[in-house]
Amino acid sequence: MRVGVEAFLMLAAVLFSLGLYGAVSKKGAVQVLMSLELMAVAVNINLVALSRFVTPVTMDGYFFTLFSMVISAAEVGLGLALVIAVYRRSRMSEITGLNELKG
Amino acid sequence: MPDTVNAVAFGILAFACLGGGVAMLTTKNIVHAAFWLLEISVAAAGVYYLLDATYIALVQLLVYAGAVAVLMIFSIMITLRRREDAIRPRDFSPLSAVLAVAFCAMMLVAVSGFEVPAHRVPALVPDLVAFGKLLFSVRGWALPFEIASLVLTAALVGAVWWSREGDE
Repeated sequence: MRVGVEAFLMLAAVLFSLGLYGAVSKKGAVQVLMSLELMAVAVNINLVALSRFVTPVTMDGYFFTLFSMVISAAEVGLGLALVIAVYRRSRMSEITGLNELKG
Repeated sequence: MPDTVNAVAFGILAFACLGGGVAMLTTKNIVHAAFWLLEISVAAAGVYYLLDATYIALVQLLVYAGAVAVLMIFSIMITLRRREDAIRPRDFSPLSAVLAVAFCAMMLVAVSGFEVPAHRVPALVPDLVAFGKLLFSVRGWALPFEIASLVLTAALVGAVWWSREGDE
C-alpha cells in the first residue's frame, strides 16, 4: 500500500495543531518555545512533501526548508537567551508572571 | 523506483511524530517534554528521508536533534532551582483546545479538497550533487545562503549579549 502527498499534508496539519495548542496553553516559557518548534517542524514537513511531489527537479521546497531551519535555529537561540535573561532578573520562567507592563 | 511513498514506513513515522507530540504536551515533567521533542525531531528526519530529502534529514538531525535539543535541556537546567520544579501542572485549557481543534478541522478539510498537480511521485529525483550545485550557484541560492549565515551570526551574537552576566 502506498500513500500520496495528502497524507503528509494531513500529518503536518495535525502536528501544527498540537503545536498551536501547546503554544497557546502552556505557561512555562521553555514549553512555549518547544511548541513553537513543533509548529516549525510541521511547516517543514509541508514544504518538503510539496517539493517532492510538485517541483521535484528544482527542489524549491528543500531550499525553503533549509532556510526555515536556519531561521528557527536563530529563533530558538534568541528565545532561550531571553528566557535566561528574564530568569536572571525576576527568578522565574513562567510567562504568566511577566505582567509588569499590564495597564 | 517507487511511484509513491511506502505506507508502512509513513505510518510508523507519523505515529512517532503524533504520539511524541501528544506525549510532549501531556507529560508533567518538563525534562521529559524536552526528550519527547528530541524524539519528534528524529521522526521528522525520518519523514524527510522518506521524501528523498537526504540532506534535509541530515541537517534536521544535526540542528534539531543535536543543537536545539541540547540548548533546550540546558536552559531547563539553568532555570530550575530544585528537582521538584521540573514537575508542572498539566494546565488543560479548553479555549486553546477549541482553537487548536477548529484549526485542525479547517486544515484537514482544506487538505482533503486539495488538487495536487501530480498525484504520483515523479521518478526523477536529483541527487545530493545537484542539490549542492544549485545551493552554491549564483543563479541559484548562493545569495540567500549568505544572508542566512549573516542572520545566524547576528542571532548568536544577540543571544550571547542577552544572556551575559547582567549589570542592571
